[in-house]
Amino acid sequence: MIRLWIGLFIAFAIYTCMVYYYCDKSQKTEISPSSNALVGWNIWQNKNCQSCHQIYGLGGYMGPDLTNLASDTTKNDLYISSFIKYGTAKMPNFNLSDSEIVKLVSFLKWVDKSGKNRVSKEKVTWTGNYKLDN
Amino acid sequence: MKSNIRIYLISALGLLLSTLFFGLLATWAFLYPEVYNKFLPFYQLRPFHVSAALFWIITGATASILFYKNETVAKGIKSSALLETGFIVIWLSTIAAIFICYGLKIFGGREYWEFPPILCLPLLISWILLMFSFYVPLFKNTGKKPMYIWMWATGILFFLITFVEQNLWQIAWFRASYLKEITVQWKSNGAMVGAWNQMIYGTSLYLMVKISGDETIAKGKTAFFFYMLGLTNLMFNWGHHIYNVPTASWIRDTSYVISMTEWVFLIRMIQSFKKTLEQRAKLRHLLTYRFIIAAEFWVFMNLLLTLSISVPAINLYTHGTHITVAHAMGATIGINSMLLLASFTYMLKIDNLKGRVSKFLSFSYWVSQFSLGCFWIALIVAGFIKGYRTVENSKLNFQEIMEPVLKVMKVFSYAGVFLVISIASIVIVYLYNAIKLKQYQTQIEI
Ligand code: HEC
Ligand code: HEM
Repeated sequence: MIRLWIGLFIAFAIYTCMVYYYCDKSQKTEISPSSNALVGWNIWQNKNCQSCHQIYGLGGYMGPDLTNLASDTTKNDLYISSFIKYGTAKMPNFNLSDSEIVKLVSFLKWVDKSGKNRVSKEKVTWTGNYKLDN
Repeated sequence: MKSNIRIYLISALGLLLSTLFFGLLATWAFLYPEVYNKFLPFYQLRPFHVSAALFWIITGATASILFYKNETVAKGIKSSALLETGFIVIWLSTIAAIFICYGLKIFGGREYWEFPPILCLPLLISWILLMFSFYVPLFKNTGKKPMYIWMWATGILFFLITFVEQNLWQIAWFRASYLKEITVQWKSNGAMVGAWNQMIYGTSLYLMVKISGDETIAKGKTAFFFYMLGLTNLMFNWGHHIYNVPTASWIRDTSYVISMTEWVFLIRMIQSFKKTLEQRAKLRHLLTYRFIIAAEFWVFMNLLLTLSISVPAINLYTHGTHITVAHAMGATIGINSMLLLASFTYMLKIDNLKGRVSKFLSFSYWVSQFSLGCFWIALIVAGFIKGYRTVENSKLNFQEIMEPVLKVMKVFSYAGVFLVISIASIVIVYLYNAIKLKQYQTQIEI
């Protein structure tokens, strides 16, 4: 019993290292965030935007998913910034400074480059699985 | 009962009450943000609710282990009360500090652990104390161990591993790529659920041994096989959280393959259905057993849901909708909380209560099961509507997509009211008994 357990644990440890090293190798460009994006990421967490918004479908469900907002051609930077600056009836106003908003926007732009949130149903194969490339 | 553990049990029940209370408020804040944004917005209530839920589950699980430890692992061995008390004091005061931060709108963590990450340090220290208090007697106590002890030991160890992994985002290397950060985050979150399941399923196995008097269910090859299957799922089946994230495709493939082993659990449940019915006839009078059976029912229902959303082709519709919430709350309420309530029923000797109180508990039990059913189905319907409208109708904007979803969420909130009242009534009876137990003990001591 112990030997089987240790075997499984070693497999887990190897798998874990593989995940840490190779999980993002499919992404070709702009993997690293700019310093603005990193600060924006911290603001995202400190203001808890994630409790209402999802990125890649993960987070709270009150607001929309923001993964690919930056590449939505119907919404420009000004639109995004004024949304964050003033809020709406449903989204609170966080009284953020303009420079904080710039950083949040660069975080969202960086996230957008990492891939697409929606998987189109055409990608599904007969196994019920799909492959993604970005 | 030792007084440190009694206080810990009472705190766990307090956390369950808070979970219910904040859950209801969060639902209203979700439905009526115009009102709630002024004083208690959703972005405060969701963390209050979700963190209270996680801490209820982990506190309830460790309370059970600490309680049963003295009759199992540490039987006949003098264990250090200092370690236990140290764990309890640091753990509970950190939770209090976390709630104060939420109250003051101080956040900074990641999903589910939305408090400033510095508070993870005392949590880690207290967990290490708990590990010492569990493993030292475990290793002193030689001899073959029943499966529930393996499960407790595994759960405690993997909580540590996943908790540390949960915090790796604070190291710059992990933050240098969004895909990596999000993958590691959900690897640890997913596996942590497996860790507390080990602790809780171990407890329910122990309870079954106790109330049925049948030691063999915790021994032998079958018990070991299901333990290993659970452990394999803990280690490799977290990928369904991030199917849609464009990480390496073998992560998706591994998770898909491993998740299909859950059919074995399902088939096993169907096979042993007749035996379960016979057993039910014998043990039905015990509330402890009834909570375990409720959990079995919810395991079955949640397996059906999990098996579906683990297929990437289906997940593409359900991901990012309330079906995920149905999966999360279906399991944490239907399975984890029911098993923990079974354990609390046993520890607080609730089955000895007779007459009106016992009838009241029975009634509340049934109300809670029915309202949980409506609650769960409402979430699935809400999720289905959102998923369908998003995938099939990509031109709709967010407001348009959500319009019918919000209507279903109103039904959800009505079911939630009944769920809160019924579970809270049960918890209040338990709290009363936990407090009375102390008076009873002091009387005897005098
Ligand atoms: C209380 C929940 C809540 C919180 C917290 C929240 N939002 Fe929102 N947000 C919403 C809702 C709801 C919408 C949809 C617009 C509406 O219905 O008024 C939205 C819309 C947006 C939009 C426009 C999206 C679009 O596609 O039109 C952006 C950008 C945005 N939020 C950014 C943020 C950022 C950045 C934060 C953190 C500082 C944040 N939000 C915090 C609820 C929230
Ligand atoms: C023992 C009781 C409960 C437990 C353990 C529990 C657990 C959870 C968990 C783990 C989540 C996170 C789900 C996710 O991120 O996918 C959650 C979310 C939530 N829960 Fe509960 N819950 C409980 C009771 C309730 C009740 C009674 C209500 C309402 C009346 C409620 C309302 C909510 C809401 C509104 C959310 C947020 C969903 C969103 O983001 O839209 N919960 N709960």
